[in-house]
Amino acid sequence: MLHVLAAAAVDNNAGLQTIGRGIVYGGAAIGPGIGIGLVVGNAITAMARQPESAGTVRTTMFLGIAFTEALALFGFVLAFILK
Amino acid sequence: MTLLGLDVPPLDELTHWPAFAFKNSSYLALNKVGLIYLIAMVLTLALFLIGGSRKKLVPHGVQNMAEVGVEFVRDQVVMQTIGPDGMTFLPYLTALFFFIFFSNIFEIIPYFQFPANARIAMPMVLALITYVIFNVVGLAKQGPIKYVKNAIVPPGVPKAILPLVVIIELVSYFLVRPFSLMVRLFANMLAGHLILATFSIICTAVFKKSVFVVILPFSFGLLFALTGFEILVSFLQAFIFTILTAVYIGGSIHPEH
Repeated sequence: MLHVLAAAAVDNNAGLQTIGRGIVYGGAAIGPGIGIGLVVGNAITAMARQPESAGTVRTTMFLGIAFTEALALFGFVLAFILK
Repeated sequence: MTLLGLDVPPLDELTHWPAFAFKNSSYLALNKVGLIYLIAMVLTLALFLIGGSRKKLVPHGVQNMAEVGVEFVRDQVVMQTIGPDGMTFLPYLTALFFFIFFSNIFEIIPYFQFPANARIAMPMVLALITYVIFNVVGLAKQGPIKYVKNAIVPPGVPKAILPLVVIIELVSYFLVRPFSLMVRLFANMLAGHLILATFSIICTAVFKKSVFVVILPFSFGLLFALTGFEILVSFLQAFIFTILTAVYIGGSIHPEH
């Protein structure tokens, strides 16, 4: 009986760990998702208003995306190294 | 691991490749990842050596491709971020772009089907090279004291919150920059590989189960679309790595005042 309970507890821990990983990555993706939406949306507005500045805006947009995305990536890494 | 009746292989099985050559040597052992890096290196070298060896006034063939690549990096990366001063770094940035792009694009090439940058070693090395370059350039151009001051004290910050800002800038300049550069490339390629692997598994599982074969067109269509998306991601990640390297070098050459 005790063995069965212990085995069940171990299984439970593995399941909880998986759920925790999902929550960590899911939580870390919310903010950057909104942020990238804002960055790209405003970049498109800028490009539509001033098509001649599209090149500069596109470069800056990729930079903004890259910096915003870094937070989601930390969550991605954390989800993998979480024990 | 079984998930919803699908046999999803564990992560190790999708990313660890056994050595197939020089198996007994711990230094020379070659697996699929190493082979892809060698091919990417040879492709990059061949593109520019062949393209540059027989220069013609009207380029065609390999020379045309090499010139388009160099012009793309010059106009879209160097001129947009560093300016004319940055032409010194054009060879490094071009080589970086093409090496990363060639090692990424093996994600969708049949038989290989693995983006070599989904293993963290090479992104780490590339990020370290970039880290050394932008620090050395900054130290050489501005001098040690001025460089560190420009790096960690942003202009126009009130005195009261300056200590806090200095700590944040110190961490973000010297730790988060190389780390995020490394992880961005690695995580994007790994995620792309996992998505393609998952959809391939779904397609095979649906194909085997006779009743569910009706949803095969949808899952296969999505797999097809995602393969196209991964071509875009391979290109975009190489571009972003290059442009961020250029931005960091540009920040070392022209500090904000």
